[in-house]
Amino acid sequence: MTLAPPRPGARVKVRGVIGEPAPREDAVPKVKGEFQYASDLWREGMLHGATLRSPYPFARIRKVDVSAAAKLPGVRAVLTQDDVPGKKTYGLMDRDDQPVLADGYVRFVGEPVAVVAADTIEQARAATKAIVLEYEVLEPTFDPIAAIQPSAAKLHPKGNVLERVRILHGDPAAKADVVVEGEYEFAMQDQAALGPEAGLAIPREDGGVTLHVATQWLHEDLDQLAPCLGLPESKVRIVLSGVGGAFGAREDTSIQIHACLLALKTRRAVRMTYGREESFFGHVHRHPARLFYAHGATKKGELVFVRATIVLDGGAYASSSSAVVANAGSFAAGPYRVPNAVVDCVGARTNNPPTGAMRGFGAVQSCFAYEAQMDKLAKACGLDAVEIRMRNGLVEGDAIITSQPLVGSAPIAEIVRRCASLPLPETAAHRDQSELPGGHANVTRGEGVVRGVGYAVGFKNVCYSNGFDDFATARVRLFADAEGPLARVHTAAAEVGQGINTVQLQIARTELGIERVELETADTNVGSAGSSSASRQTWMTGHAVLQACREVRQELVRRAEREGLTLDRTDLADLLDRPIEKTVTYRHQDTEKRRPDGQSRGHVAFMFAAHRAVVDVDVETGLVKVVQVATAQDVGKAINPLGVIGQIEGGIAQGVGLAVMEELIVEKGRIRNASFTDYLIPTILDMPPVIADVIEHPHPDGPYGAKGVGEAPTISSTAAVVAAIRAATNRDLERVPVRPDDIVFGTSSRSGWRIAPGDDPRRAVRG
Amino acid sequence: MTVLAGGTDLMVELNFGRRRPEHIVAIDRVGELAGIERNGHVRMGAGVTYTRMLADAGSQALAEAARTIGSPQIRNAGTIGGNLGTASPAGDTLPVLAALEATVVLRSKAGERRVPFADYMTGPKKSVRRADELIVAAEWDEAGPAQTYMFVSTRNAMAISIAGLAMVVDRARKRVGIGLGSCGPTIIRPADAEGFARGLFDEAGWERPHRPSESAAKELGRLVAAAARPIDDVRGTAAYRRHALAVMGARALSRVAQIA
Ligand SMILES: Cc1cc2nc3c(=O)[nH]c(=O)nc-3n(C[C@H](O)[C@H](O)[C@H](O)COP(=O)(O)OP(=O)(O)OC[C@H]3O[C@@H](n4cnc5c(N)ncnc54)[C@H](O)[C@@H]3O)c2cc1C
Repeated sequence: MTLAPPRPGARVKVRGVIGEPAPREDAVPKVKGEFQYASDLWREGMLHGATLRSPYPFARIRKVDVSAAAKLPGVRAVLTQDDVPGKKTYGLMDRDDQPVLADGYVRFVGEPVAVVAADTIEQARAATKAIVLEYEVLEPTFDPIAAIQPSAAKLHPKGNVLERVRILHGDPAAKADVVVEGEYEFAMQDQAALGPEAGLAIPREDGGVTLHVATQWLHEDLDQLAPCLGLPESKVRIVLSGVGGAFGAREDTSIQIHACLLALKTRRAVRMTYGREESFFGHVHRHPARLFYAHGATKKGELVFVRATIVLDGGAYASSSSAVVANAGSFAAGPYRVPNAVVDCVGARTNNPPTGAMRGFGAVQSCFAYEAQMDKLAKACGLDAVEIRMRNGLVEGDAIITSQPLVGSAPIAEIVRRCASLPLPETAAHRDQSELPGGHANVTRGEGVVRGVGYAVGFKNVCYSNGFDDFATARVRLFADAEGPLARVHTAAAEVGQGINTVQLQIARTELGIERVELETADTNVGSAGSSSASRQTWMTGHAVLQACREVRQELVRRAEREGLTLDRTDLADLLDRPIEKTVTYRHQDTEKRRPDGQSRGHVAFMFAAHRAVVDVDVETGLVKVVQVATAQDVGKAINPLGVIGQIEGGIAQGVGLAVMEELIVEKGRIRNASFTDYLIPTILDMPPVIADVIEHPHPDGPYGAKGVGEAPTISSTAAVVAAIRAATNRDLERVPVRPDDIVFGTSSRSGWRIAPGDDPRRAVRG
Repeated sequence: MTVLAGGTDLMVELNFGRRRPEHIVAIDRVGELAGIERNGHVRMGAGVTYTRMLADAGSQALAEAARTIGSPQIRNAGTIGGNLGTASPAGDTLPVLAALEATVVLRSKAGERRVPFADYMTGPKKSVRRADELIVAAEWDEAGPAQTYMFVSTRNAMAISIAGLAMVVDRARKRVGIGLGSCGPTIIRPADAEGFARGLFDEAGWERPHRPSESAAKELGRLVAAAARPIDDVRGTAAYRRHALAVMGARALSRVAQIA
């Protein structure tokens, strides 16, 4: 049974409810440098952990000798694979293919081989250097397409194909009047969270361990950790520490197992914090990709077919590649009506650094390619970028290429139209020199500057898909203290900067009709909230908090009735001589597992955004300045409008970064720019003003109609920026990020593989 | 002994574990190093920060370089002495000092040495400065307003130069100096380009501003690019560095030739 939220105006107006712009509680401490991040954790007498990592992309370990290292001053423990008491491997999504510490082989540069605990971090680092290792160097494979050919050397007992998804929709042999093709390259982006991986493991008297850590999903860490430690889950508690950004990089464990192993071995608290350089080796990155596309349309520009082959480089271990591959495949045709489609999408194992979750999760890679294709098609049909998207955009009831119909969304054409009608910025001639591309460094005072405008639309699922048992738990306790009624909300939802804490407070205030609401620290003493990913926390934990609050209110109503009172006119404290506590686990509607032809209702809901980018390009130097990004995004309901804008601006910053500068340069398996000196992310001079039209078309199943917000801004903003650069330069630009070389020389980025779009990439031909 | 001025290079080295000096002496409060003297000749103390240079640099190109460096925080702390101490080919003041034909003043207990900038740098992050020597100042003759500095980078701020170019036209002394950054192991002076530019000013008259022809600007760019010895690295390709130098050479000439 459901109960309506309290009628507004029935009692004193409650501030900080849903729909109000609510500032973050940690905003001021963060700005002042007072917020405690995981790397600030400290405990009297704690030891410091350090990791020895592989210098080779692929090698067999012939010998490990830790005896010299163990004798160094201050060293308390040196652990290798033999010292792992429980399961020796771990991994997300049951893939379980990654050794806790190298298992006789190393498969990427940076793979952890041994860990050390010592009194000081210097001593720990010195000890890692004193570990004697003999390697037999093996022939590595770096090209993901080469890695999945039948003749390729096996890089792991589980093989080189991490996942393959084939989608067949309509007539695979459909013919069209107008056909455009393209091969696209997508380089490796990093999440570039400012907070490095860090945590503090404290051994317990009962033989268990408590881990304070910056993570995205406490219970998934617990699932992976406990078996490796050889402990029951009841003996491991994980507490969320201050998270300095995540963006997917904290879905995989980093220091978690290592710090606990060292703490259990030494019986001392152990802190591990990666340095900035180590951080780039210690977390997964976004999948680089090769995408081969063909689009067919009528002369009027109505899509007839999409055929695509996509190869994602998963690096040495599976991580979440299987789900990234599934996403890249199911969103491969974009938010358009496509009657016929063939999509073949494969995740490859290579000896490159492992890749996994990052904001947009597979949808970003395909969006870059299908939106470039839509522009090619528009040109071929004599349409403009807005027109072709409006003509083909999905409306409610239309199905995507997995046959899943669209529910609870504004029509794509409306989103595009609203984005296109936002005001344009002033011309380049009116801008300050610093606002020109390279202008701050004095390269241009207007010379060579050409303006371009580009559009892109993207979409992606909210929540977990394909039959995954996705749930979130919330415990709400309402009681009275000297100051009156107070509610405490306890969930394991990880606040990673996205604003779920504020959302939980707003929902509880709305539902309970009181202002005094506090959050308990997120930990594993309450049920799982699922991950802070897939733009799902507002939907999932939001729903759980909402329902728990409604159950608390039902109890209040019951108590009031028993006393012969009406709730609206009663001081709540009078009903709270005993506290009320309710725990609710919310599950979204079931999703279908993928069928062999890729057809299924695999997703819960979708989110949509359109972006228009305006760029100035100095066509002689190839430097770019993004002048403005306009966006229309259907968020369902803006629970915290301030948070929504924050997510939109932040997501666009990441999308702009990918379009023009963010690239982890990997040569022969080695990351060459593992620092913020050379891995460039946008500064305030690179980040354009954003104008956003926030559309609130409610989803019937979302809390208050809300859909996810966080990923949509990242998905199509990159494609829009690149489209704008194409417009300014007349170059094809089939690769992101766009480099100055690509603009001035028109550098080709072909893979050297011949693959007909839609064909199985495991049968590719060179040339 | 290691000295720390603004610490904006040294602290990075310490953080990355590349250096572990026994002793560090902070010189950021040594007043004698923080002065600027001007009387047709400029003596800039090693401790002068970029923020200071924005107001008074004794050189238009140096002021432009200072404006492009880092962020406000870096400009408040970073010094010209530190830029010289690090001696990176990407140091933004160094092409300017090369173009100005500046002198680096070094001092130790043994006395003072005056090293022409052309002899100062010997390789990437290498110079003739001995470990016991302090950089006390850089000196040059004031060269008038016909100067500029620029560099390319994929990011619009807080970026390391992929290729940089300083041009100084001293109309009174009939001298053209060009310094190229980030395109060789040291700062490069493109002699042919400087000679070509001198010819242009001889023709057009040193005392008057003029608008160089497009073909002259292009030729200067070509000569600049030809003198570079760039490499491919994570920040950019050699081909792009040459290309960007050609564009910057042409733009610099057009820009400064029009300044009286
Ligand atoms: C975020 C960031 C952005 C940056 N951006 C730029 C940029 O855009 N352009 C650029 O050129 N640089 C840049 N730098 C590098 C740095 O700021 C400059 O090189 C600056 O000039 C260094 O000066 P400092 O006073 O901080 O030097 P310090 O770090 O104090 O010293 C640098 C080196 O010089 C030595 N040294 C310093 N003073 C003396 C002296 N008087 N005598 C002898 N040796 C001395 C030190 O021992 C040390 O080896 C940047 C650095 C950072 C961290």
